[in-house]
Amino acid sequence: MLTILFDGIAYGMLLFILAVGLAVTMGLMNFINLAHGAFAMVGGYITVLLMQRAGVPFIVCLPIAFVGTALLGAIAERTLYRPLYRRPHLDQVLFSIGLVLMSVAAVDYFVGSTQQILQLPDWLKGRTEIGEGAWTLGMGHYRLFIIAVCALVTVLLQWVLSRTRFGSRLRASVDDQRVAAGMGINVNVVFLSTFAVGSGLAGLGGALGSEVLGLDPTFPLKYMIYFLIVVAVGGTSSITGPLLAALLLGIADVAGKYYIPKMGAFIVYTLMIAILLWRPQGLFVRQGGKA
Amino acid sequence: MTGNGAQASLLRASRVKKWEPVFWLLAFAVPVVMPSEALIVNEIAIVALFAVSLDLVLGYSGIVSLGHAAFFGLGAYTAALFCKHVSPDPHMGLLVSMGAAAVLGFAASFTVLRGSDLTRLMVTLGLALILLELANKFDDITGGTDGIQGLVFSPVLGKFEFDLAGRVASYYSLAVLLALFIIARRIVHSPFGATLEAIRDNRLRAMAIGIPVHARLIAVYTIAAAMAGAAGALFTQTSGFSSLDVFEFHRSADLMLMLVVGGTGWLYGGVVGAIVFKLLQDFLSSQTPQYWSFWLGLFLVVLVLVGRDRLLKPWTWFKR
Amino acid sequence: MHKRTFVRTLAQAGAAAAALCAGGIAFAQGTPFKIGLILPMTGQQATTGRQIEAAAKLWMAQNGDTVAGRKVELIIKDDTTLPDVTRRLAQELVVNEKVDVLAGMGITPSALAAGPIATQSKTPLVVMAAATSIITEASPYIVRTSFTLPQVSVSIADWAPKNGIKSVVTLVSDYGPGIDAEKYFSERLILDGGKVLDKLRVPLRNPDFAPFLQKVRDLKPDALFVFVPSGAGAAVMKQFGERGMDKAGIRLIGTGDVTDDDQLNDMGDVALGVVTSHHYSAAHPSAANKKFVEAFQKANKNMRPNFMAVGGYDGMRVIYEALKKTGGKGGGDALLAGMKGQIFESPRGPVYIDAQTRDIVQNVYLRKVERKDGQLWNVEFDVIKDVKDPGKSK
Repeated sequence: MLTILFDGIAYGMLLFILAVGLAVTMGLMNFINLAHGAFAMVGGYITVLLMQRAGVPFIVCLPIAFVGTALLGAIAERTLYRPLYRRPHLDQVLFSIGLVLMSVAAVDYFVGSTQQILQLPDWLKGRTEIGEGAWTLGMGHYRLFIIAVCALVTVLLQWVLSRTRFGSRLRASVDDQRVAAGMGINVNVVFLSTFAVGSGLAGLGGALGSEVLGLDPTFPLKYMIYFLIVVAVGGTSSITGPLLAALLLGIADVAGKYYIPKMGAFIVYTLMIAILLWRPQGLFVRQGGKA
Repeated sequence: MTGNGAQASLLRASRVKKWEPVFWLLAFAVPVVMPSEALIVNEIAIVALFAVSLDLVLGYSGIVSLGHAAFFGLGAYTAALFCKHVSPDPHMGLLVSMGAAAVLGFAASFTVLRGSDLTRLMVTLGLALILLELANKFDDITGGTDGIQGLVFSPVLGKFEFDLAGRVASYYSLAVLLALFIIARRIVHSPFGATLEAIRDNRLRAMAIGIPVHARLIAVYTIAAAMAGAAGALFTQTSGFSSLDVFEFHRSADLMLMLVVGGTGWLYGGVVGAIVFKLLQDFLSSQTPQYWSFWLGLFLVVLVLVGRDRLLKPWTWFKR
Repeated sequence: MHKRTFVRTLAQAGAAAAALCAGGIAFAQGTPFKIGLILPMTGQQATTGRQIEAAAKLWMAQNGDTVAGRKVELIIKDDTTLPDVTRRLAQELVVNEKVDVLAGMGITPSALAAGPIATQSKTPLVVMAAATSIITEASPYIVRTSFTLPQVSVSIADWAPKNGIKSVVTLVSDYGPGIDAEKYFSERLILDGGKVLDKLRVPLRNPDFAPFLQKVRDLKPDALFVFVPSGAGAAVMKQFGERGMDKAGIRLIGTGDVTDDDQLNDMGDVALGVVTSHHYSAAHPSAANKKFVEAFQKANKNMRPNFMAVGGYDGMRVIYEALKKTGGKGGGDALLAGMKGQIFESPRGPVYIDAQTRDIVQNVYLRKVERKDGQLWNVEFDVIKDVKDPGKSK
């Protein structure tokens, strides 16, 4: 049972890293970016290709995936996304789905549609078991690694948000963009850097997740739903919201599939609908926050 | 004077425009003039009906829904099960499917009354996915991933058997599309329809002037569900089978794309969007069987960057 | 009418008449023989489509595109792994392009959807990939060159108890072929004296095998029997290793879909020693297969052919031979008669198309994953000859 809890936490943390960028950009720029999954996929492919073709060690690939995807995000924001901020949501949806289709086909063309298989370094392949019988805690080393990295990133994000000047500028822009601009905050720069970091995190998540979730060109289409669930339940006005939402969903999904395999897939959707019906603004939204 | 002006403009909007009968006549002529295209006309008609039903909900009432496939799928499976266990009559099957979808629509409408756009998006999506999983679980009824196959329907109107070339199918679908389209048109150009648009534009104000917002939304959602169910029934009846992918996410997603491409709040937007999207997809996939989605995506991106309303006005493309 | 217009009209009519005559002569000599190949080129089973397309093109490159004096035209269409698209494409191919043969069918629902079209239009349908037993019963015009899950599942159920495996947990994807595999494996295993501790079904669109594998770990069987569609085997393999199942003494057995040649080499050491039963291994030690694999790899950037490719390759052979038997004339019923009862040497081994059931009868091999020349291969160590589909032999 503890193992299942552990697995659920690992899955949840992974979902969080993947979805936090989406939550922040939606809250900040009010832009529904369904192409977020494509950035995750890019990060995954950067890692896989570097490892397979250039023999770069896994641990080095992770920061490269982050930086590479962040750069891609920055370029995309400046050229493609910026003109569309004022457009109605439906246009943004159309646009981002178009981007996803293009990226899926492009990756298929250049790399092929087979599942990419990652070879983890040996020190990540093991497994530790503590305890006996029903209280056994079996921890795969890779999942421990995921939890560690994601926890580190979360702490870092929270620190940046609450302790740095950039963080306070970001929070101001999320709360009320017009007033923030009026106070002299360079909203464009805030947007650009936030989008870049958000995409970079998605790339990192994609790199970490390739081992667990699989990596093929249809990755964005398959997993976009889960990111959206995390953002909808967690709300877009903080990062603790999506964190808790992701953990909740990760544990519910894994535990559900283990204990009630027949209802496995239902659990996540039913839980989400129940939560959204009870609290339509998301589970963890501050009172008075923007809808 | 202002009262008369407002009334006159509303009446003018609801009058049948000159090009509308021409449009429908052309549509009905295609299966005769180009019989090799009958099959795709059938597909377009079905998806256009589906899109019009979403327009009622999205364009006219402002409810964002990514799970409209739930009603389509329910209609499809109801028609399949009706044919298999009760009677192969397509007309009864159509009505029963519409009824079943309406019931589901009524029940589901309570979930979309509150919340932001994102919430509604996710709730509707979740509902469709749950139905997908349910259909998968109860595979002794639904046939699971293999679906319900080999359905044979009795002839339309007792006389026209479903032929291999799809001619009867296309006329059947076009006829149902036209009938339901006329009903939809009547609805949106009525006082009821005007209240829907009021709710879409400013819910608070609509509530303030006494419009029963929740009742209206429930009503339109149920009606739209029934129409989507009809589309689903047509799908099963013209293809002879029904499988799990009627509930899939991509069906709702493609539908929303079509509607947005054609333009919401215009009823014809759904039809135009369906035509453009399907033909484009068919053309692209015959050119590049593997990578057609790239060009489709590019089309969408360019469309948004250039501006949707300019799609229908080629002379504005190069103006700045 | 003006004289000039009259002459012009006459000239045009004459030209048209001449063209018709020429066309008529050409018609009599050989309208192209069209094969409508409907494959999932995009969507969930895209790798299936890729492999079969490559195999079909290889066949035509090796055997030319003229059979019995007629030119053969291959029309490839993408059904995006959706059965309703398969059906519409089949209809269009039959009605508009007037194809002589339909082929492909990446998944069971697609084959079942296209069946009625084949029956109504009396066009033979060669199923090259789909593997549920009932498919050949969906239409009297269906001929199969792929395999059926029952065929390959019973073989490993026979092998297991003789090799120290008494208790098994089955883990299959929740759809037609998976359920077939689960049913036939369990029945045969119990018949041979084994025990099935639990039957787990994984939804087809499953992101994480972890909870299911954890459950298996807790049940502690001698072995885990797995069936997942071609392409998903790698994920199972990885999770199996990650969960320490091999170290806990649980063996992994299954049908060959789990060690799909398409992905096997990338799976790494965790796949070593896995025993599977299947009808085709790229390492099959016959001259015909060596030639096939070499030619395939050369034409496709070193991509290794898998059992889907061999289904496509043999499907093309069946079509060509049938056309030869009808002397190039074709015709639905004549072609079908020409397909039934064919016996030939395929890269997988000897193959026979049963005249009664129109299904494929072939050898099923037991293979173990071993490393040879630095690559992972399914090395055959035993064979059960001429296995008919148990799903039908009732």
